[in-house]
Amino acid sequence: MAKAKGKVTFDEARCKGCGICVTACPVGIIKLDTSRINVKGYHPATVDEMDKCIGCANCATMCPDVIISVERE
Amino acid sequence: MAKVLMKGNEAVGAAAIKAGCKYFFGYPITPQNEVPEYMSKELPKIGGSFVQAESEVAAINMVYGAAGAGVRVMTSSSSPGIALKQEGISYIAGAELPCVIVNMMRGGPGLGSIQSSQSDYFQATRGGGNGDYRTLVYAPANVQELVDYTMKAFDVADYYRNPVLVLGDGMIGQMMEPIEFKESEKMELPEKDWATTGTKEARKPNIVNSLRLQAPELEELNKKIEAKYKEMEEREVIYESYKLEDAEIVFVAYGTVSRITKNAIDLLEKEGIKAGLIRPVTLWPFPNKAFAEIPATAKVLMSVEMSQGGQMIDDVKIANEGRLPIGFYGRSGGMVPTPQAIVESAKELLGGVK
Amino acid sequence: MAVVFDKTKGLTEKEFHYCPGCTHGIIHRITAEVLVELGVLGDAIGVAPVGCSVLAYDYFNCDMNEAAHGRAPAVATGIKRALPDKVVFTYQGDGDLASIGAAEVVHAAHRGEKITTIFVNNAIYGMTGGQMAPTTLVGQKATTAPYGRDESLCGQPLKVSEMLATINGAAFVERVAVDTPANVRKAKKAIKKAFECQLEGKGYAIVEVLSTCPTNWGMTPVDAITWLRENMMPYYPMGNLRNPWEVK
Repeated sequence: MAKAKGKVTFDEARCKGCGICVTACPVGIIKLDTSRINVKGYHPATVDEMDKCIGCANCATMCPDVIISVERE
Repeated sequence: MAKVLMKGNEAVGAAAIKAGCKYFFGYPITPQNEVPEYMSKELPKIGGSFVQAESEVAAINMVYGAAGAGVRVMTSSSSPGIALKQEGISYIAGAELPCVIVNMMRGGPGLGSIQSSQSDYFQATRGGGNGDYRTLVYAPANVQELVDYTMKAFDVADYYRNPVLVLGDGMIGQMMEPIEFKESEKMELPEKDWATTGTKEARKPNIVNSLRLQAPELEELNKKIEAKYKEMEEREVIYESYKLEDAEIVFVAYGTVSRITKNAIDLLEKEGIKAGLIRPVTLWPFPNKAFAEIPATAKVLMSVEMSQGGQMIDDVKIANEGRLPIGFYGRSGGMVPTPQAIVESAKELLGGVK
Repeated sequence: MAVVFDKTKGLTEKEFHYCPGCTHGIIHRITAEVLVELGVLGDAIGVAPVGCSVLAYDYFNCDMNEAAHGRAPAVATGIKRALPDKVVFTYQGDGDLASIGAAEVVHAAHRGEKITTIFVNNAIYGMTGGQMAPTTLVGQKATTAPYGRDESLCGQPLKVSEMLATINGAAFVERVAVDTPANVRKAKKAIKKAFECQLEGKGYAIVEVLSTCPTNWGMTPVDAITWLRENMMPYYPMGNLRNPWEVK
């Protein structure tokens, strides 16, 4: 059975870099971008390999700042 | 309308219901137990709600919630219980909510006694809770005034969005006098569009709150509230001047003590001593302007209170502005002054100033 | 692609002031989602506590009342008695509910007040900087228990759900946690039942949510979640402790 295709969007300005989404993601594609900081001064959560996203919404379920929206096919 | 004989504590309840109050939260404490008992019996008959709360603290917070929800609501207690309510009263004032609080004063401090006193004057007029706030305070002298001012208290509370205190004592709470419910002048009252009644997703949320973490915002709130108190000082002062003409001694007394003092005035008159009385009905705002009516014949003022050292006397001194010497007669602990004792004390005071 | 997760209209636009990784954010969100899903957002009136979530009145998109510390269940009682058709809830931390507010929550439950409480238990006082709470674990350090909670001086932590579950008027008592997505979804189900309990008029409902306080525990948000799992869950067992009306 093919895995679902998903896409997540982060409201980066509101991210506090807490890292909970990183551990919540079952396919391990979320990381905190240590190469930059957002307007709050945190390393924002980001996804490079969006093609691996399965749209499970675990990240959004755990995000304490409700900055993640999830789409799925 | 025929008058009906009612006990003060029950009359308070009946007056509140007449004024449209359907919600009462209270706790037992002598000498006001008949208030919650009466409300527990009558409110279910009119679809209202009565809760005997777990404490006076809980009761005042229930009042805060119901007041925030836009309904007329009352609580009652006696001195130590009113002490417990101080936090809640401050929150109600800070959140700009209306409510009526009835205190049937008893002896203090601490657990004190169960008989009457007037030793909560400071608590009532200076406010025992934190912050810059006031409660308007009515001091009825008889059960009819208790009824009239309890009813008025609801309108005034709604108009100013502030708690109003009705200050009685054990005697007024327990005594029975004939009363009638008068159709009084209704105040023009705005809609309570600020109340937490549910948005119906049709308006922005209403927030009932006294917290303003930004100091400039809190200052703005305080300015707004202070303006209300200034308006109360202009418009809400009530007092009685009694036999002031040619008086040598002017008593200042309120509540039940004012009635005893009037008896003392009659006794003094028989002895050829002219005495008069300024009777504050609003203790806050205090009737400073009444003191302008003191005749030139007056040699001395005397504050008469059921308080050991006197509490209202401080406001008498402020209103007097240093013009006349001020004496004091008081009893405490639940003891009640007699007219004869007031007469003796007055003569002694006058003897001292001749 | 369809949107399967988006911010609920039960929350306002205001950004949460909470610390990074603070589970208040998760609990606010699932509570707000429940109000929307039950169709009661327009009838909801929430009572905010004193604690980190004192500003909850800025975050829930419904009428809110800010209560004095611990008094929320009494305030909610006043609101619900005045407006019985509304959906009244309190949102309280462990200092607010289990310390200064212990009498109020016990008596709201005792009277069977038809209100719903979301109780956020993170075993510490957050807002004021990490003092010991009635729910702080034995040996756990806090600013007022610098040597760790001493059972001989302070007793064992208070098990609020077990205590309230002995009260007849408490119609729904459940303890949940927000440490994993699966547990967050279970927590939301429990919160939904706690509101349904109110809608069905059965009595007092409370959901105790085991939560983290990374800042005052002195840990990263992810480590705090592990600490919750390893230390709080053994002492505070999860599950339903009372549901006599079988609210589903």
